[in-house]
Amino acid sequence: MTLIQVVFVILAVAAIGSAVGVVTSKNIFYSALLLVACLFMVAGFYVLLEAPFLAAVQVLVYVGAIAVLIIFAVMLTESMMSKKARARNDQWWVALVVAICLAAVLLYVVVTATWQVSPAAPPTDAIAALGKALMSTYVLPFEVASVLLLMALVGSIIIAREEKPEEE
Amino acid sequence: MIPLSWYLIVAAILFCIGLYGALAQRNAITILMGIELMLNAININLVAFWRYITPDVLTGQVFAIFVITVAAAEAAIGLALIISIFRNRDTVIVEEVDMMRW
Repeated sequence: MTLIQVVFVILAVAAIGSAVGVVTSKNIFYSALLLVACLFMVAGFYVLLEAPFLAAVQVLVYVGAIAVLIIFAVMLTESMMSKKARARNDQWWVALVVAICLAAVLLYVVVTATWQVSPAAPPTDAIAALGKALMSTYVLPFEVASVLLLMALVGSIIIAREEKPEEE
Repeated sequence: MIPLSWYLIVAAILFCIGLYGALAQRNAITILMGIELMLNAININLVAFWRYITPDVLTGQVFAIFVITVAAAEAAIGLALIISIFRNRDTVIVEEVDMMRW
């Protein structure tokens, strides 16, 4: 085993362990913190895959924005969570069976399939190429994504705003 | 060099953990966390396929960026909905929000 494979195995064990913690933890705040750990490990995978821009985006958007949003939501609904409620629903064992079956199918396919791996190295200036691709080939989805983000921003403000009764 | 299948195995396991979390939890926030785990697993697959199969075409990375964008929008809207439901009905348990259930 080379050094990079050892790093990969450590990252994989940490990612899967923290993901299991996210779905099994009794305390939802610990779930949120473990989710942050798992997202960091995924950023590590992107570094190993030689996609540094995606690793940075992962840390900025997921760890910096989405995880903070989730922790905010946990805090805002905390009074409800202090009551000891069951974390899992009645069909949790069906969900477990479905997840394990899907994992078995996926692992079987992944292990038995032969992938046509290309020997080529990624371009040396991958970030510059990515920026050019976003601004030329993929400019339409890029603009649509910006409109989507704007709509999500306005929509979430309108949905979460506290509606005060009109006082005349 | 790490074999491609290692990444795919990790992504498959992460996806199934996220699926279990989305299906088995009662708390709406934890369900959203499960969905985020699934989206991350898919992103690992996209970037791994880009790196190993078509390293000279950047489609995989671009697609992963758009998935992250949509995930951010989804998280913002989802959490706004959860906070709105909590304010109106004083619960974030999805089983108790069943007004529109037949």
